[in-house]
Amino acid sequence: MDLSSLIECLVDPGCLINQTTSALIFAMLLFLIASGLSLIFGVLGVMNFAHGSLYMLGAYLTYTFYVGTSSFPLAIILGCFGIGVFGVFFERVFLKRIYAVHILYQLLLTYAFILILDDVAKLVWGYEFITMGAPDAFQRPPLELAGSFIPTYYIFVIIVGIIVAVLLWMFLWKTRYGKLIRATAHSSEMVMALGKNTTLIYAGVFGIGAMLAGLGGALAAPIRSIFPGMGSDVVVDCFIVVVVGGMGSIPGAFLAAILIGFMRAFGIIGFPLVEEALIFILMAVVLIVRPQGFFGRAEL
Amino acid sequence: MKRTILWGTIFGAALIILSFVYPSKFLINLFTQILIMGLFATSLNLLIGYTGMVSFGHAAFFGVGAYTAGVILQKYSSSVLFAFGTTIVFSALAALIIGSFCIRLGSIYFAMLTLAFNQIIYIIVIRWTNMTGGDQGLIGGIPLPPFLSTPRAYFIFTVIVVVASLIICKLVVDSPFGAILKVIRENADRAYSLGIRVKSYQLIVFVMAGIFGGLSGALMSLSISGAYPDFCYWAKSAEPIFMVVVGGMNSFLGPLIGAAIFKVLIAFSTMYTNLWGLIIGGVLVLIILLVRKGLVDYVMELVANRSVDSPKRLLSPKETG
Repeated sequence: MDLSSLIECLVDPGCLINQTTSALIFAMLLFLIASGLSLIFGVLGVMNFAHGSLYMLGAYLTYTFYVGTSSFPLAIILGCFGIGVFGVFFERVFLKRIYAVHILYQLLLTYAFILILDDVAKLVWGYEFITMGAPDAFQRPPLELAGSFIPTYYIFVIIVGIIVAVLLWMFLWKTRYGKLIRATAHSSEMVMALGKNTTLIYAGVFGIGAMLAGLGGALAAPIRSIFPGMGSDVVVDCFIVVVVGGMGSIPGAFLAAILIGFMRAFGIIGFPLVEEALIFILMAVVLIVRPQGFFGRAEL
Repeated sequence: MKRTILWGTIFGAALIILSFVYPSKFLINLFTQILIMGLFATSLNLLIGYTGMVSFGHAAFFGVGAYTAGVILQKYSSSVLFAFGTTIVFSALAALIIGSFCIRLGSIYFAMLTLAFNQIIYIIVIRWTNMTGGDQGLIGGIPLPPFLSTPRAYFIFTVIVVVASLIICKLVVDSPFGAILKVIRENADRAYSLGIRVKSYQLIVFVMAGIFGGLSGALMSLSISGAYPDFCYWAKSAEPIFMVVVGGMNSFLGPLIGAAIFKVLIAFSTMYTNLWGLIIGGVLVLIILLVRKGLVDYVMELVANRSVDSPKRLLSPKETG
C-alpha cells in the first residue's frame, strides 16, 4: 500500500488529469463491451463468455479495413457492423438451441467459441501482436491541460462512449423497439402471446450486443495491441461490470465501468500490488451485500 | 463399500502392471496426466454432477495445491508427505473461505463469484513474486526424493494417490451424505423444507472438492517439476468442465473418461497442428448441440435400457436452468 503517493497524485493536477483520462478511456471501452453483454444477458438470459472474442474480432476487422481503405471512420463502421452480422449468425445457428437447457451448457458453448475464435484469429491474422497506431486524422499534437498531455484520440473515444451510452438509453426507453425489448426481457412468453416475433427480437438484441462489442474493439484497435486471446481478460472485466451494475442494466453498466476505471487508474498508484484484485473484491462485496447489483436485475 | 475398494484396487494394480508390461515413456507420461486431470475433474463433478453447483473457478484450488506443494518441496522441506499434508490443509482453507462466500448465491451468480475468486487467487500468484515466481512461474525445478525420481515411480505414486482419492470420493457419494447432495441437486428448496441444512452440505462438499482439486494440482506440479500462473487462470477452470460434460456428469467415472478424451485429443491434435483450440472447441460445440450427454452416461443408459427389469434412473440432470 502506498497511500502517500495516492494523496500526492490527488493534489497534483497533472497526475490527477493523467489518471482521470486513463480511467475514462478504460471505462468507456469497458462500458461499450459490457453494455452489449448486459443487454444480451438481460433479454436472452445467457452469459456470453465469447463476448470478449467478439471484441477481439472487432479490433482485427477494423485494423484490416483500415489498412485496406485507409479511412478510419469507414473501418469503424465496417468492423462494427461486421461483428453485428456475425452476432446475428451466431445467435441463429448456435445460441438459439440452448436457451432451454442447463446453464452449464450455455457457459460451456460460449466458452467453446473463445477457443474457436482465438484460433480463427491465429489462422487469419497470425500469432503476432499487431499495433495499429493512432489513425491519420488524430496525428496531431495532444491537448495540454495543467501540464499534462491528452492525445486527441482519447478525447474522441470518451465522447463516442458517452454518445453511445445516451443513444442506447434513448433507444431502450424512448422508442417502440426499446419497449419491445424491455417487454421481452420481462416476459418473452407474454410478448409472443401478443403476436410479436420474439425470435427476431432475440436475434436483433444479440446483434446489437455484438455490435457494441465490435465497436469497443474498433475503438480499442488504435490504442491497444491486437492479438489472439486479447478478449479473455476483457470478458472477465465485463462480467464484473455486469454483476456490479446489475445484470441487464445499461445505466448500471455505465456507472460500474466508470467506477472500475477509476479504481484501476488510482488503485495502481495507491495499492500497486493488489490493484487488479480490488475490482474482484468489489464484485464479491456487491454480490454478497446486493446480489442484484446497483440497478436491480432484468431492468433495462 | 467393499466392492468399491476392491474394484479401485484392481484398477490401480492393473495400471501399475501395465506400466511394467508396456514401458513406453510417452504412454506413462500420458497416463500420469490423465489420472491427475481425472482427479481434478472428478473433484469438480462432486459439485456439478452430484450437488448441482456449477463452479467456474475450480482452477483456484488446482493452483493453490500446485503452488503449496511446489513451494514447500523447493524451499522448506524434502518430505513429500509433509508437502501433501500442507496442500490438503491449504486447499481446504482456501475452499472454506471461498466457499463460504460463494454458496450464498445460486446458479449463474455462483458461477460468476467462483470465477471472481479464481481470478483473485491468480492475481495473488502473479504478484507474490518472491514466493511463487510471479509471471515466470515456480521455475528451477522441484526436487523429488529418489524413490519418485523416475517417470514410472512417479506414475505409480500418482496411481496410488488418485485411486485412493477416487475411492474416498466414491464412498462419500454412495453414503447417506451423498444421497442428501443429490436431493439438494434435484430441489434445494424441498431439501431445505425437509430440514436439511442445505448451505452446510454445500459448504462441506465445496471444501471436499477443493481438497481433491488441490491434491491434483500438487500431483501436477511435482510431475512437471514446476507450477505456472496458467494453472489458476480462469480459463483453466473450463478444462475440468469440458471433461465432466464430455465424459458424463451422472456417472462416477465419467469425468475420468472425459479427462482421457481431453488429453488424448490434445496429444493428437498438437501432433498435427497447434490450433488445438479449434478442435477442442469444435468437439464441445458438437456435443452440446447434438447429444448433450457424456460418453459414460450414454453407455450407461444403453445398458440400462437393454435390461428391462432394471429400474430407470430416477435422477436425471435438470434440463431447465
